[in-house]
Amino acid sequence: MVNKQKSIWVFGDYRNYYQNRVTLQLLSRAVDLSRIMKAEVCAVLFGHEIEEWIMEYTAHGADRILAIDHPSLTSYSTENYLALIEKLARERDPDILLIGATDFGREFAPRLAKRLQTGLSADCVGLDITSEGLLVQIAPSFGGNMLAEIVTEHHRPQMATVRPGTFKEIPHNNERTAIVERLPLPADLPASRVRLVEYERAAQREHRMENAAVIVCGGRGMGNKNNFKKLDELAGLLGGDVGATRPVVYAGWAGHDSLVGQAGKHIKPKILFSFGISGAIQHTAGLGETDFIVAINKNPQATMMKMSDVAIVADAGDWLHHLIRELKKRIRE
Amino acid sequence: MVTELPWDERSGTLRRDLAAGMMNPACKHAVEAALQIKENQGASITVMTMGPPAAEEVLREALAMGADRGVLICDRKLAGADTYATSFILASAIRKKCPSFDLILCGAYTSDSETAQVGPQLAEELNLPAAAYAENIDVNSGNIRVRRLVDHFRETLEMELPALVTVSMERYQPRYASFSGLDKAFTRAGISVLNAEKLGISPADLAQQGSRTRVRMVFVRKAQKENVTITGAAARAASEFLDRYERKIGAAIGKSIEAKK
Repeated sequence: MVNKQKSIWVFGDYRNYYQNRVTLQLLSRAVDLSRIMKAEVCAVLFGHEIEEWIMEYTAHGADRILAIDHPSLTSYSTENYLALIEKLARERDPDILLIGATDFGREFAPRLAKRLQTGLSADCVGLDITSEGLLVQIAPSFGGNMLAEIVTEHHRPQMATVRPGTFKEIPHNNERTAIVERLPLPADLPASRVRLVEYERAAQREHRMENAAVIVCGGRGMGNKNNFKKLDELAGLLGGDVGATRPVVYAGWAGHDSLVGQAGKHIKPKILFSFGISGAIQHTAGLGETDFIVAINKNPQATMMKMSDVAIVADAGDWLHHLIRELKKRIRE
Repeated sequence: MVTELPWDERSGTLRRDLAAGMMNPACKHAVEAALQIKENQGASITVMTMGPPAAEEVLREALAMGADRGVLICDRKLAGADTYATSFILASAIRKKCPSFDLILCGAYTSDSETAQVGPQLAEELNLPAAAYAENIDVNSGNIRVRRLVDHFRETLEMELPALVTVSMERYQPRYASFSGLDKAFTRAGISVLNAEKLGISPADLAQQGSRTRVRMVFVRKAQKENVTITGAAARAASEFLDRYERKIGAAIGKSIEAKK
């Protein structure tokens, strides 16, 4: 029996292209993995007038591109895309299928995995290949401060959604070439049961926190809402912004828009102050490439303290009070 | 309404510290959406969850908010199911207990691992049109309109019933259960408990439709930091901290914070 050419597929998610580079990031990691597995990297692309993306994916590492360009695919449609990729995957049997953990990807991928009767791990923060050639999907797990290594042993493709920002894209290389297969829209594509009545680009949310140089985050260890509100004063002094953990948002001490973590904002400040935060993965997952972390906690064993540059063993509310007082004495414009 | 409770993969037991009989917040929003639909159009609401016996409390809480009946899927044989297997099991229970449903609502997130995969997979399992992250649901005769925000696009989607919708936490602030409601919810019947056998799920089905993924290992994320520790009285610790890092902080905020000499 001739060995089938192994293949790693990356789903081309190009909406909000300038903010969302996850497809290019996945292509980059797929190129690394393909060297280990001796596989080809294949980008799958649906839409209308998609030449730009074909060139982009070629320049960023794809060996092959499966493209379906049709006016009926102008706007994103979960049902249409599902039918198209299911058919392609059944015909070609990829070993691995990677999808960006955008809102779209996190709705689309689970349904595709179910249709293909295979496994899927959510919002991965790392991918690797075992010595047996299995895809290791590293995903946040079970509430605590844990990561899980997940494998899909007996079903194909091995699927994962991957958090944007996890991998670095390969620099654009115009010299690269790829095999581009321009495929027709299948005649038997079932009509979507979901009608898109209207859509519009939402007003871009303010990206203040995502771009802030200093962020002051508070957790349950702040004790109460009044203490928590004092974080505003520190943030004001430092020209920064205030973030919160999920328990604090649920307790109503802060709004949902200040949630930092897996389900909230992903931040990358130069300095992060972390007051009374234990460091559950749902929160720390949003801290990305934060340069310098100052954690304040009564418990020196807290995960957040262990992942900090400076761990201050103190009551968070009490220390905040003293820090503000000391800063006010010192700050000069 | 579907909730996932945090089972410990290694021991196959529930992480009680996390579950603590509390309903997953996104699911609470889904219950609220269901209650508002019931108030506007009239409906009978069944709440369903899968978990250990203690998960019954979650259903009682939903009954106290105003749901009509609860279904608990409880069987050690089903513990440790991944989302693939979970959606199969839930679909079996829905076919059994509410075969003529119009609408399935799920929380758009779960409070444990936030996979958010069960809702969409359940839609596939039941072959339903579906939409995730709903901020608003309008039910008309035979169809629904869902407004949602996905990847910076505001969309309005329309689909026929029956359908499945996962509810975001933007709107549908959950109501509080009244004490009398709670009291009634915990004293009256109204919850049926199903195990694999009652669901008609055989060991062969579990092998066929069981988990696709396996957790090889779980580990704590490593820190690679210098990790200086400062202890002592808060006032002195604050001053020591600022002395030590005045340049670094000053550079980040663009102001000098060097102590006045």
